Amino acid sequence: MDLFEYQARDLFESHQIPVLAGAVATTADQAFSAAEKIGGKVVVKAQVKVGGRGKAGGVKVAENAADAKDKAGAILGMDIKGHIVKKVMIAQAAPIESEYYLAILLDRANRNFLVMASVAGGMEIEEVAHKTPEKLARVGIDPNKGIDKAQALEIAKGGQFPADVLDQVADVLVKLWQAFVKEDATLMEINPLVKTTDGKVIALDGKVTLDDNAVFRHLEHEALVDHDATNPLEKLAKEKDLNYVKLDGQVGIIGNGAGLVMSTLDVVAYAGEKYGVKPANFLDIGGGASAEVMANGLSIILGDSDVKSVFVNVFGGITACDAVANGIVQALEILGSKATKPIVVRLDGNNVELGRKILSEANHPLIQQIETMDGAAAKAAELAANK
Amino acid sequence: MTIFVNENTKVIVQGMTGSEGTKHTKRMLKAGTKIVAGVTPGKGGQSVDMDGQIIPVFNSVKEAITATGANASVVFVPPKFAKSAVIDAIDAKIPLVVVITEGIPVHDVAAFYAYSVEKGVTQILGPNCPGIISPGKTNLGIIPSDITGSGPIGLVSKSGTLTYQMMFELRDFGFTTAVGIGGDPIIGTTHIDCLRAFQDDPATKAIVMIGEIGGDAEERAAQFIKEYVTKPVVGYVAGFTAPEGKTMGHAGAIVSGSSGTASAKKEALEAVGVAVGKTPSETANLMRKILNG
Repeated sequence: MDLFEYQARDLFESHQIPVLAGAVATTADQAFSAAEKIGGKVVVKAQVKVGGRGKAGGVKVAENAADAKDKAGAILGMDIKGHIVKKVMIAQAAPIESEYYLAILLDRANRNFLVMASVAGGMEIEEVAHKTPEKLARVGIDPNKGIDKAQALEIAKGGQFPADVLDQVADVLVKLWQAFVKEDATLMEINPLVKTTDGKVIALDGKVTLDDNAVFRHLEHEALVDHDATNPLEKLAKEKDLNYVKLDGQVGIIGNGAGLVMSTLDVVAYAGEKYGVKPANFLDIGGGASAEVMANGLSIILGDSDVKSVFVNVFGGITACDAVANGIVQALEILGSKATKPIVVRLDGNNVELGRKILSEANHPLIQQIETMDGAAAKAAELAANK
Repeated sequence: MTIFVNENTKVIVQGMTGSEGTKHTKRMLKAGTKIVAGVTPGKGGQSVDMDGQIIPVFNSVKEAITATGANASVVFVPPKFAKSAVIDAIDAKIPLVVVITEGIPVHDVAAFYAYSVEKGVTQILGPNCPGIISPGKTNLGIIPSDITGSGPIGLVSKSGTLTYQMMFELRDFGFTTAVGIGGDPIIGTTHIDCLRAFQDDPATKAIVMIGEIGGDAEERAAQFIKEYVTKPVVGYVAGFTAPEGKTMGHAGAIVSGSSGTASAKKEALEAVGVAVGKTPSETANLMRKILNG
């Protein structure tokens, strides 16, 4: 889960990482109150999970609370690269002398964590890495050892931070590591980390990604979920514990196992090229799926008005094909006359004969069985095109 | 021959007394796997009847090894307790741990992986993987044992069901070993580890490598193939049509920016002479052509 900037700010603050005063607002009036409370000059910042908001006009300095209200009014509702701004952060303005960069992230290739620290901040770190690699320290961290102050100082030196801020930067890094571990983060980036004209080091903007697998030990992370942005079908799927992603095509897809479902999307996309149709969603019913899970999945797909045909692609490993077949039949019984879309089913693997027999005997007018994945994909694409 | 495991591998099941553990222990036994013990802390001294075979339960992997001489473990422990189970196995110096559990926090995986490297004895396969099978010889994990038999192909895949699908597509030939390495951001055994082992295994005549979007493991595997692998390799990558920024089921399967795309992986593999299929069936046909020479 990616956090908004204001959520990252609050999280940093709760781990004693120095930040400026800031508050979130969803209306211009709230922005006024927040700016009044902070006092003086403030910055109004669009809260969107996409880069380049500054260039798009989503960040404005306001001289006072009244000005903040006007600016917030203008920014709220803006479309920044397809993201509608629903919240702004009102942040205290600070006189900045220098901009730095500091981040900790998961390093898949080295299978540990990576600290990146650079005296050159405020821009894309890829650009720093490319143009002035000598100014970027990249240090792998042993997850079982972590980062102590001495190592943090070494890293800060490696990133060419000036002597007068080394100690403060190292302190921030140690705290950032503690926060990274405690919150089960996979990314914590401070860009820019700034030095103010009075010599203080402060995290001005942050990006945080939290590990969804760790939610069981962070029930408080549930409050950080952005429900506004979640597609209603995705929300429904989540309530049913299904792994669903809405896409923009016409062929509804259900399969078991992430890899097979991704592969199914590809095969349907290829088959759909000549008809101009594409997959409408990703839906993985997982290993060992029961009839009930199948029924839940099918209901969600059939409830998507974009869907013109459905392709159920199951290779029974642990999942038994008879359970899948029963699930399809049950789902159609529950949905009754609401189910109007053709369903192409390809079953293989565990208990396939029984599964195919159940579907044949159900003799439902919407169901067609096809034995191969490629053949079934072609049929589903054709049916979606003819709808 | 086989890689990593063989018909003599003596297997412990950690979490055997749980529902998933029990179900799959029975399946593995039926497939001929030599399961010698279960481990569930607090249940040591009990034993479980697995469709007629009595399997003893121990409190720790170390106790189980001492009593049975086991040299591999399969972990079905829930995410919350998976880290301590794997650490227990590493402390017992077991050569191979297959972690089936899905949904382990990545900080826990990073910690037990680093610990295994530090101790230098234990190979970890997974987590969030279907395991490893040498058809007709042994089966550690949840891969169905009846898809196909023994044969000349080595298979390595990030995805479980795609492993099954590809074994099914190539059931006319069969496999030396099929390895599901898992789709998490951090995994113990990589494509490269499997490619090396298949290259070194005389019984393996050709290799199928299945990847998916996210990370750059396939690109690194391509580099390794160029340097080390002389046997024919065919590849398949899932997720050509996956949109940027959406996680596709596996925690690691996400296209971020320009990196991790299926096209980039396909190009990297083709650049080193790997024939890459557009679909599982096309990939199987590429392999069939190679084996029919």
